[in-house]
Amino acid sequence: MAEPESSTAAAGAGGSRLRNAFGGVLCAFTLLLIGVLAFSIRLFSVIKYESVIHEFDPYFNYRVTQFLSKNGIYEFWNWFDDRTWYPLGRVIGGTVYPGLTLTAGTIWWFVNSLNIPLSVETVCVFTAPIFSANASWATYLLTKEAKGTGAGLMAAAILAMVPSYISRSVAGSYDNEAVAIFALIFTFYLYVKTLNTGSLFYATLNALSYFYMVCSWGGYTFIINLIPMHVLLCIVTGRYSSRLYIAYAPLVILGTLLAALVPVVGFNAVMTSEHFASFLVFIILHVVALVYYIKGLLTPRLFKVAMTLVISVGLAVCFAVVAILVALVASSPTKGWSGRSLSLLDPTYASKYIPIIASVSEHQPPTWPSYFMDINVLAFLVPAGIISCFLPLSDASSFVVLYLVTAVYFSGVMVRLMLVLAPAACILSGIALSEAFNVLTRSIKCQLAKLFDDSPAASGDSSAESSSASTASANSAKNENRSEKNETAPKEKPSKKNRKKEKEVTESVPAKHKKEKKLLVLPMEASVMGILLLIVLGGFYVVHCVWAAAEAYSAPSIVLTSRSREGLHVFDDFREAYAWLSHNTDVDDKVASWWDYGYQTTAMANRTVIVDNNTWNNTHIATVGTAMSSPEKAAWEIFNSLDVKYVLVVFGGLVGYPSDDINKFLWMVRIGGGVFPHIKEPDYLRDGNYRVDAQATPTMLNCLMYKLCYYRFVETDGKGFDRVRGYEIGKKHFKLTHFEEVFTTHHWMVRIYKLKPQKNRVRGKLKKLKSGSKTSSTIAAGRKKNPWQ
Amino acid sequence: MPKATSDAKLLIQSLGKAYAATPTNLKIIDLYMVFAVATALIQVVYMGVVGSFPFNSFLSGILSCIGTAVLAVCLRIQVNKDNKEFKDLPPERAFADFVLCNLVLHLVIMNFLG
Repeated sequence: MAEPESSTAAAGAGGSRLRNAFGGVLCAFTLLLIGVLAFSIRLFSVIKYESVIHEFDPYFNYRVTQFLSKNGIYEFWNWFDDRTWYPLGRVIGGTVYPGLTLTAGTIWWFVNSLNIPLSVETVCVFTAPIFSANASWATYLLTKEAKGTGAGLMAAAILAMVPSYISRSVAGSYDNEAVAIFALIFTFYLYVKTLNTGSLFYATLNALSYFYMVCSWGGYTFIINLIPMHVLLCIVTGRYSSRLYIAYAPLVILGTLLAALVPVVGFNAVMTSEHFASFLVFIILHVVALVYYIKGLLTPRLFKVAMTLVISVGLAVCFAVVAILVALVASSPTKGWSGRSLSLLDPTYASKYIPIIASVSEHQPPTWPSYFMDINVLAFLVPAGIISCFLPLSDASSFVVLYLVTAVYFSGVMVRLMLVLAPAACILSGIALSEAFNVLTRSIKCQLAKLFDDSPAASGDSSAESSSASTASANSAKNENRSEKNETAPKEKPSKKNRKKEKEVTESVPAKHKKEKKLLVLPMEASVMGILLLIVLGGFYVVHCVWAAAEAYSAPSIVLTSRSREGLHVFDDFREAYAWLSHNTDVDDKVASWWDYGYQTTAMANRTVIVDNNTWNNTHIATVGTAMSSPEKAAWEIFNSLDVKYVLVVFGGLVGYPSDDINKFLWMVRIGGGVFPHIKEPDYLRDGNYRVDAQATPTMLNCLMYKLCYYRFVETDGKGFDRVRGYEIGKKHFKLTHFEEVFTTHHWMVRIYKLKPQKNRVRGKLKKLKSGSKTSSTIAAGRKKNPWQ
Repeated sequence: MPKATSDAKLLIQSLGKAYAATPTNLKIIDLYMVFAVATALIQVVYMGVVGSFPFNSFLSGILSCIGTAVLAVCLRIQVNKDNKEFKDLPPERAFADFVLCNLVLHLVIMNFLG
């Protein structure tokens, strides 16, 4: 009897090992496919347009990476850039988050050392898709820690395609988030892994991954506030354990040190309010750990005595310390928080005090449809995931739920932060879908097993009886459970009379339920329909993601296209203008434009600009804004004082390009007016409406922006019809007195003007002496005559 | 009041007795921890006297002391035989992790010391 058992046991063990191995290989293969999917879905822009860097910010990162690859890392750390923010310059080494450029630079160096000749541009364009593949693998690891392998694979597949993440990581979008989201998920994974295993090794890795995150993105403050929140949550809900201490305490110390190493952060790591939460929770954790330790040492009665003593003394000390802290923090005007963080906590802060932050379209709150556009089906799978996380609740699943809740709040404040919500939504949806599939497939398996065993003993009576009959030929404990459950169910229904009997029944049942979990089994048809419907749901999701990737998020914004009857029109005006600048102006010429185009001008045209997208100096931007809002002479004087030679404006009126400078003009007025009070916004509005037609105010019709945009515009169609605004312009025929037009691109989208030099002054007295009668007639007119003409 | 003081004395006595029962290796780790925290306190007092000018040096000094104290606590947690969660963990592995983490910590400190 023993031998066949052991042989079957061995065969069983061998069989299960084989199944495990097969499962492992299948899992690895699926992960590989998910990585390939994540990479390829982001290649639409390369296929539809070309392998080019998109938008504005990536051009700056590209320029920095070029510098790094040419000059090496020491030059990069100490680089002072004098080609931007003229005449202030910018310390690049100290104000840029180096993670992205260092990553791309390392990849480029490594690939070139293997003699694969990839250019810096190619590496920059494809960094984002590579790291999105890494991010899906990190999501798999994180979800596996929270729920299991099936949920992990599901979450990874969903993250590979979620449109919100695609929008910031297409091929060509070479921006911080491309790398930072991977670092975020990986740091969370290592934290959860340390929490689950209690190994100091993973704690070290966690700190190093946090360092990589600090290098990559300003959003690292989310991590250093979320993890303390979770620790606090665990302590408060009574889930304190020594693993929690090992997961958190080394992270705080090492993390603060490593964050202080990055020049951008520097001493802000210990001095700004964004980090105070971590220190506070650090102290609280130590207090709690001490309390638990002493509790273990003392008897309960003595422990109570100790508690009363300590509380009375400790409270007094606590009050004193808290009072000092509050006084320190309250003495600073922003309570220690930086402007951007404050605008996250108080969404109305930016619109009241910092118009530059309020003017960026990415910083506006999202609309409801944008949730559906960006995370689609996940929006209603997430609540199911939250419920699934609570059965059972573990440290890891409570962390994921907390991550989701805070991410939902922040995504509601700024549309740009939907990106932080995306991984959380994917994880929870993965968990939900995986649990659903678990239940449904288990039901199908059970029902099939029952069907095959049941056929001789089938009875048309209640399902309870049929299942109890099947227990005779029981092949799985699940059936027994189900039969018991069905037996108790009819017994529990006539409740009031048989309450005593119920109690006995329920007492005996939980005893068995403790050993084998109460497993839900649904009828066959419902399970099959359920699985089919879930697959259809997944199909809708996939179709939407591919559509969003192909149509909505792959535009490089530096090249525009439009379809018409004649075929595809390509608007390459931006690059045309920058190429003109780089070929037809001197290397040291300064170009003034609105700050949106600064990065592109320095990267592609290689000319010095006055203001760029870094927007660190509000007064400088306000100066340019004031110049654009002033009449020609005043604007000329402002630009001349900044040594500007060329002024660049973007105008969409001829082709209908809506993001041009005339539409952004009110922001120029607001920002300029915030610093120079003689620029008042109501002066440019007629009855509160912003118009540039015949009803516009004279201030509007005379300001530099209007004149530079609409100079000679009436020559295009004879009437001056602006296709973006939808009406004819107000002032049609005018001459420029202080500027001359030097270049207008093919579709009139970018217009470049040169400042006219000052004419040599003619002294009035000399004129009188030399030509008598001539001047008498000219003096009367000459007083009014413009000395610059 | 006398009850409070006698209670306090009883408390301290029983704390002392219970602590004396801990194994020697844990006591050594506790001593190391106390030394690290004392060094940190001395540094804070020194900063109060002299001023915090090379702030990065001050930060790296303080954080290295507190860091080694924290890591010593982690080691103590993992090596403690009464701790049920870690009974499968061989103490050599705990010590190796401790050394690795200390290496990283001191590398960062030396970089930040200026």
